[in-house]
Amino acid sequence: MAGRQAVKAYLDLLSQPCRAVLIFLKHNKIPHTLELVALRKGQHKTPEFSKLNPMQKVPVLDDNGFVLTESDAILKYLATTYNVPDHWYPKLPEKRARVDEYTAWHHVNTRMHAATVFLQEVIFPNMGQPTNPAKFKKALTDLDGTLDMLENMFLKRKPFLCGDDISLADLLAVCELMQNSFDCLFQPMCSGRDVLKDRPKLLSWRSRVQSALSDSFDEAHSVVYQIRQKFTAKL
Amino acid sequence: MSLEIYLDLFSQPCRSVYIFAKKNDIQFDYKKISLFEGYQYSEEYGKINLLRKAPAIKDGDFYLAESVTSCSVAIMLYLTEKFHTPDHWYPADLQKRARVNEYLSWQHSTIRPHGSKMMWFKLLIPKAFGTEIPKEKMDNAVEDLNSSLNLFEEKFLQDRPFIVGDQISLADLVAIVEIMQPVGAGMDVFENRPKLKAWKDRVRAEIGAELFDEAHQAIFYAQEAVKTMDPEKIEHFKPKILRYFLS
Repeated sequence: MAGRQAVKAYLDLLSQPCRAVLIFLKHNKIPHTLELVALRKGQHKTPEFSKLNPMQKVPVLDDNGFVLTESDAILKYLATTYNVPDHWYPKLPEKRARVDEYTAWHHVNTRMHAATVFLQEVIFPNMGQPTNPAKFKKALTDLDGTLDMLENMFLKRKPFLCGDDISLADLLAVCELMQNSFDCLFQPMCSGRDVLKDRPKLLSWRSRVQSALSDSFDEAHSVVYQIRQKFTAKL
Repeated sequence: MSLEIYLDLFSQPCRSVYIFAKKNDIQFDYKKISLFEGYQYSEEYGKINLLRKAPAIKDGDFYLAESVTSCSVAIMLYLTEKFHTPDHWYPADLQKRARVNEYLSWQHSTIRPHGSKMMWFKLLIPKAFGTEIPKEKMDNAVEDLNSSLNLFEEKFLQDRPFIVGDQISLADLVAIVEIMQPVGAGMDVFENRPKLKAWKDRVRAEIGAELFDEAHQAIFYAQEAVKTMDPEKIEHFKPKILRYFLS
């Protein structure tokens, strides 16, 4: 890997999958540069960005001309290309299968329901867009069901979602289920809702994950903080 | 036989696992289940798969399953490793592999749900409730599917013979079974899409026409089967239908 150039990550730190990518890059000290894309300003719809990613979504990874979308594909690519500890994406087929099982399930479960709740409760009202109370209520119920699954199927008697050690699964999941602490830095875009409030098992899982990621969490936080400083300094 | 695979070929993810295992001569015990019969709710099946969905595998003491709203991905990735299938299915080259992962990830919230919906909207819901889907809802669903198919052609296929390049991979397999689902509901997704049709023909040839057609029997006869189906059979799906589709 000598002389390998840094990867470029196109991220909007208000986006949960983007944070997962950032935390992974920082935690594993993978050389990278950040290109911030502000979804709320429509920067994902510009002609240049659309050329990079016709899907007009973030995160996007550019590894010296190799452009990749989809956060779980990106994380798996980084985990296998760089020398990261095995527990992130284990080589052993049975262990790896557990992480693949979670990341597949994650899309239309954890991510979908948590994101809908967040959009309806925080983003749309703050952007003056109409909300859909029925959709919000349904998303809360769906999210509840998802959290039951996380506790009863994935966590069961394990400390992390896929076993004894933290993996990509925990990283993706925790970014969806944070206490909106990142978003609180962009006051007033903060709902104060903690969906894990009455679930001690998931609360301890989340603490465990946060401890395992403590430095990188802070680093990612500091990037967000710097943006906020720049933003408020302009006012 | 130590590998058991639980499948209902009416379901797209089950088809991809079935085709993959058969094509690669992986020896397995084919456990046929009928999702419509409600087998997934039995206590027996609950031991195999807490998510109570198909497909599911039992390899010795190792159980693996996914929600039917995701797909068969983890299972096939596991089989590629365990049975050392030809490289093109899930290339060792990390950039090619990433392309497969990229497609497998993207399709979860696009082609998969949009394609599935057609079967429900055109056949199963009218059967269960005895009413047609309102026109606006149907039009929106069709539009969603068309947008996904457009993106599929523009971004994932482009001018390549297969999604990742010159050879078939898991991405094509997962894509084809999902794209065939609305066909079962009487919707010709290949009409006016020559590129898509050419790709489908290529994929079918690579898999082997016989295996492909065999796996898709349930789809080819879907309209017939649903017509003669006893509505009582889908009674237990009604609450789910109401929550997922009609709320």
